[in-house]
Amino acid sequence: MIAAETVAQLNTFEQIAYIIGAACFVLALKWMSGPKTARKGLWVGILGMTLAVVGTLTDSRIVTYEWIVVAFVIGAAIGIPMGQWMKMTAMPQRTALSHAFGALAAALVGTAEYYHSLENGGRPTKFIMFALGLEVLLGFLTFTGSLMAFGKLAEVLPQRPITYKGQNFVNLAVLAVAIIMVIMLIIDPTQKPLWLAFSALALVFGIMLIIPIGGADMPTVISLLNSYAGLSGAAMGFVLNNKMLIVAGALDGASGLFLSIIMCRAMNRSFTNVLFGGFGQLQVATDGGEEKIHRSSNPEEAAMVMDAAQKVIIIPGYGMAVAQAQHKVADLASALTKKGVDVKFAIHPVAGRMPGHMNVLLAEANVPYEQLAEMEEINPEFEECDVALVIGANDVTNPAAKTDKTSPIYGMPVLDVEKARQVYVVKRSMNPGFAGIDNPLYYLENTSMLFGDAKEIASQLVTEVAKLGSMHS
Amino acid sequence: MAGIPDEIYTGLFVFVMAAFAGLEVIRRVPQLLHTPLMSLTNALSGIALVGSLVLAGADYGKLETTLGALAITASTINVVGGFWITDRMLKMFKPRPRVEAGEAK
Repeated sequence: MIAAETVAQLNTFEQIAYIIGAACFVLALKWMSGPKTARKGLWVGILGMTLAVVGTLTDSRIVTYEWIVVAFVIGAAIGIPMGQWMKMTAMPQRTALSHAFGALAAALVGTAEYYHSLENGGRPTKFIMFALGLEVLLGFLTFTGSLMAFGKLAEVLPQRPITYKGQNFVNLAVLAVAIIMVIMLIIDPTQKPLWLAFSALALVFGIMLIIPIGGADMPTVISLLNSYAGLSGAAMGFVLNNKMLIVAGALDGASGLFLSIIMCRAMNRSFTNVLFGGFGQLQVATDGGEEKIHRSSNPEEAAMVMDAAQKVIIIPGYGMAVAQAQHKVADLASALTKKGVDVKFAIHPVAGRMPGHMNVLLAEANVPYEQLAEMEEINPEFEECDVALVIGANDVTNPAAKTDKTSPIYGMPVLDVEKARQVYVVKRSMNPGFAGIDNPLYYLENTSMLFGDAKEIASQLVTEVAKLGSMHS
Repeated sequence: MAGIPDEIYTGLFVFVMAAFAGLEVIRRVPQLLHTPLMSLTNALSGIALVGSLVLAGADYGKLETTLGALAITASTINVVGGFWITDRMLKMFKPRPRVEAGEAK
């Protein structure tokens, strides 16, 4: 009887530990709803995990602990330095990398469970085989997919999307083949070579899925991979008939799904469009070659205007992260705040390379979180604001998204930057953003460009504002 | 109709309930904390440890032990590293200093 062997009875301590552990996980996520309770949430999450691990260690099936200890020590020896010394600017890469590890673990467990279920002439049931297939497919494709995402984010691999003719057809065909393989394995689970081919296909599929995705779509993709890793864990729960795994996997899957929906909504795009769109391939929008005029300014003048302003809104984007300008920008904000200027940061949901990217960078630079405003909250405030300072953001400020039906980003919710009395845009040059979309904001009467490196400009602004201060006193 | 086997049924039941509970609580997480949320759920996905521990510790055979041990390493990196960096991040989110808040306006 395999059923009796694979589904071993848990002991009472284990059961109770799992129930409390699962409750802790839900509570942990609940307390993430605000910065004041978030750390409490983290600790209850750690408690839940500890309970789950300690409970499992008392399992009657575990007979030796040597490998467990060795593997755990190695994992901790890699995990702690990664947690401690990874720079905050590297958060998107780190997140992608940890999706890869989580998914790899699930896929490896699935592989081991598959072989184990075949021992002594045993056969997994149809349902178990289905769950194993799902676990390993999602696990391996998330593993390689996340490694690809890591490569793109760490700029080891080219960030631009790589597309070829018939790409979507090839990807769908590969998925279809994988599904057929699972069905064949469900019919006859003893086909070990087919299992190996299936695993290899899942690994290749992960790479193929991420190749056509460009840097600007990373927030959605990272969230989606988060969701896959969770679902793979939930599938593992079904294989092992372990409710704790099912709960944790479902929570992780739900969180990833929720974030991907928000990201898609913030770009006014559908899942299929992100996954199959090849957005970065869009043509450079041409305006019939008509020459448009922009104004440029200098930090000295901009500092003077900001110094005299009552309200300044700063709009950070990925360019700020690339230039590592967050500390200088924070200095500028605090210098202005000290002079009585009301300074706020307007943060678009997809600014940066992962959900919440800008918030973390600015929090690291000591910007109080009350100053970090979400799009819906800040948009009505642009009208009454004296200066909007755009630093390294482009498409999220593009007014064409609201007015120009021919624009590729038409319909995307954007920040109403152009409503500010004076707009300054810090930018390296007049080159358009990732999708080659021209930004009419730059040619408005109330817009002036500050050309240069974001960090350089920000630090000049800080100096200029300080000079003005000494003149007053 | 015999119905689906009990363990599958309860499993699906738990999955659906947890997913809905998850969506409900996560919906309330502000954009401000989306990155820590992701690193926390990342750490929680290290729960794969639970499956790996049994594999590496049980008397199943060399293949299972090896794969189990590798899986423990991979998920421990997630659990330990994930919690650690989430803590580092959350420590950075500070409210406006009280003295300053009193000065302004």
